[in-house]
Amino acid sequence: MTDQQAQGAPQPVEDNTPAVGASAKAVIGYSEQEYAVASQWQLTRWAFRRHKLAVVSLWIIVTLYVLSIFAEFVAPFDPTQQNRRAVYHPPQMIHFIDRGEDGLRLRPYVYEMDRQRDPRTLAVTYVPSGEKTYLTFFGKGDEYKLWGVIPSTRHLLVPVNKRDGFYLFGADRLGRDMFSRVIYGTRISMSIGLVGVAISLVLGVVLGGISGYYGGRVDAVIQRLIEFVLSLPTIPIWLALAAALPPDWPIYQQYFVITLIVSLVGWTELGRVVRGRFLAMKNEDFVIAARLDGASEWRIIWRHMLPSLSSHIIASLTLAVPLMILAETGLSFLGLGLTPPAISWGVLLKEAQNIVSISQAPWLFIPGGFVVLAVLAFNFLGDGMRDAADPYGH
Amino acid sequence: MIWRYILKRVLWMIPFMFGVSVVSFLLIQAPPGDFLTTYIAKLGESNELLDQATIDNLRARFGLDQPLYVQYFKWVGNLLQGDFGMSFEWRQPVNELVWERMALTLLVSMATLLFTWAIAFPIGVYSAVYKYSIGDYIATMIGFIGLATPNFLLALVLMYIGVVYFGSDVGGLFSPEYQNAPWSWGKVVDLINHLWLPMVVLGTSATASLIRIMRANLLDELHKPYVDTARAKGLSEFWLIMKYPVRVALNPFISTIGWVLPNLVSGAVITAIVLSLPLAGPLMLQALLSQDMYLAGAFVLLLSLLTVIGMLISDILLVLLDPRVRYD
Repeated sequence: MTDQQAQGAPQPVEDNTPAVGASAKAVIGYSEQEYAVASQWQLTRWAFRRHKLAVVSLWIIVTLYVLSIFAEFVAPFDPTQQNRRAVYHPPQMIHFIDRGEDGLRLRPYVYEMDRQRDPRTLAVTYVPSGEKTYLTFFGKGDEYKLWGVIPSTRHLLVPVNKRDGFYLFGADRLGRDMFSRVIYGTRISMSIGLVGVAISLVLGVVLGGISGYYGGRVDAVIQRLIEFVLSLPTIPIWLALAAALPPDWPIYQQYFVITLIVSLVGWTELGRVVRGRFLAMKNEDFVIAARLDGASEWRIIWRHMLPSLSSHIIASLTLAVPLMILAETGLSFLGLGLTPPAISWGVLLKEAQNIVSISQAPWLFIPGGFVVLAVLAFNFLGDGMRDAADPYGH
Repeated sequence: MIWRYILKRVLWMIPFMFGVSVVSFLLIQAPPGDFLTTYIAKLGESNELLDQATIDNLRARFGLDQPLYVQYFKWVGNLLQGDFGMSFEWRQPVNELVWERMALTLLVSMATLLFTWAIAFPIGVYSAVYKYSIGDYIATMIGFIGLATPNFLLALVLMYIGVVYFGSDVGGLFSPEYQNAPWSWGKVVDLINHLWLPMVVLGTSATASLIRIMRANLLDELHKPYVDTARAKGLSEFWLIMKYPVRVALNPFISTIGWVLPNLVSGAVITAIVLSLPLAGPLMLQALLSQDMYLAGAFVLLLSLLTVIGMLISDILLVLLDPRVRYD
């Protein structure tokens, strides 16, 4: 028995293999011979790399997670630091080529904006003053503790002069730097997706697995449960659950409960996928062979069935993350999820709820752009993974 | 046979609704304290104090002093007689508060569903027939963005465009002059004029997924031998596609009503809050926050009922349309 069959390939390698191999070869560059002896993971990787959008999405997601892991370092300022002189400060472009008295120089800077009040309407406007605020990479700024442990003052990009302001994404109604806030929000929103998916994974695999493997009455009960959860209107239920949270809970407690609420619905889809696969695989030759060999049920499930499911599970998980991100964003936006001082994309978007403030400061929409970007990237990645999960298919 | 199936499905709703009622009741009971504690806290803010006797009196009057299960059975018993109880906050029977909002919620959801189908069907067919054409890529791209944009964000962006470029507030379902007016022809026209925005906001993500479903289903059918046979017999390309493969691809499309409707009802909650529509959402949110439990419970229950009925309709439609589906 070859390696692939032992791992429970759904279909044997079909006779159209050479055609696939040939077309793939043109794109990726491996020979037919390599294709014939490649392991399942190798095939999966090749199939995945053929999805250009999925590969790009993977890089976007990795970038977002790296940004959020090093949020304290990437953000130039403390996200809660208020500044009355910078209320609704518009975004500034970073320029690199500096035409000074000493000729052309390559250094980052932004044009300083002066705050002015219209003498008649008293509306505040910002006009370029012509002065430049110089920035420096890896410069010293506010003190922080990376992950709450490592103390440092270095930031990715800060003004040379500590007292200067610099607003890449503008400032909000309290003059807080939106860029720093978005970066910190990325940390919470992106990680809620991951933690939520981890909880759904446990629920989905355990319940779906039991349901598919044992079948019969257990299956019927679990299926009714899944149908029940699926047909509940999610948002009213989430709202009701979230409304039960005491608003004075500390952030980490809110965070945990919101994640739990969000994943209560997410597991059903995964449970269905796992069940379907288990049902289909239960009577595959290699499972029966293992059973006849006297392998224990535990061993059959863990050593023989789960490995061939893993790629499908990973794909379903990837597709579940954006749902969680959207759910958290929606709840926080309504004021029922995370609440300030916690910062997430939803909390930031809550600031944009007021039509007056967004018509004055459209850059408050920027966190929304991040939501769309992350959700799109996860969807493309999940699609690519789902296709790659079964490299023997058409 | 078919009647037995429908009867069975309807009967199956009974235990289901029982489950929903238990869940709704537990949910509205979940917050610590009850309406009175919120109420007393609110009065306390304006320096009004209630003495213990009045509080006990109120608690007894609202039935809040009884054990949970007694409260539950009382609630359900009254529900079965069509009585949703009293709203603590509004001092009105819940019945008077919910029905108009539920009717409008249903109206907006159904209108959106029709709108979604009307848009998704032709685009989905086009995308499948002209696979990898520019139109297909554009439809796919818009579809993906539609899927990725949360409803409320889309609502905000459209409101922003409305205010900044057209100088009009596009929220609400009625113009101010019709807000509290009794129903008349003018009010209906006014409603239709306001309906497009919630329809677009709510329908975008559903449209996006329906386009993808239609496209995938039709692609599966287009290369089957019966299509070639029909083509060989000289049928015009348009009729050929419309009559056979589309007909087959339509079934999964119909069955989506089962999950599109719950999604729409859910989505309508947030959208209604953002666009300040007089639907179930805003009032339910307020009721949940002030622990006005009978009002909140009625909304959660009725919204769930709506989604259950949606699923029922889709199952029945599917059986009627596709003789291959077995009645079991």
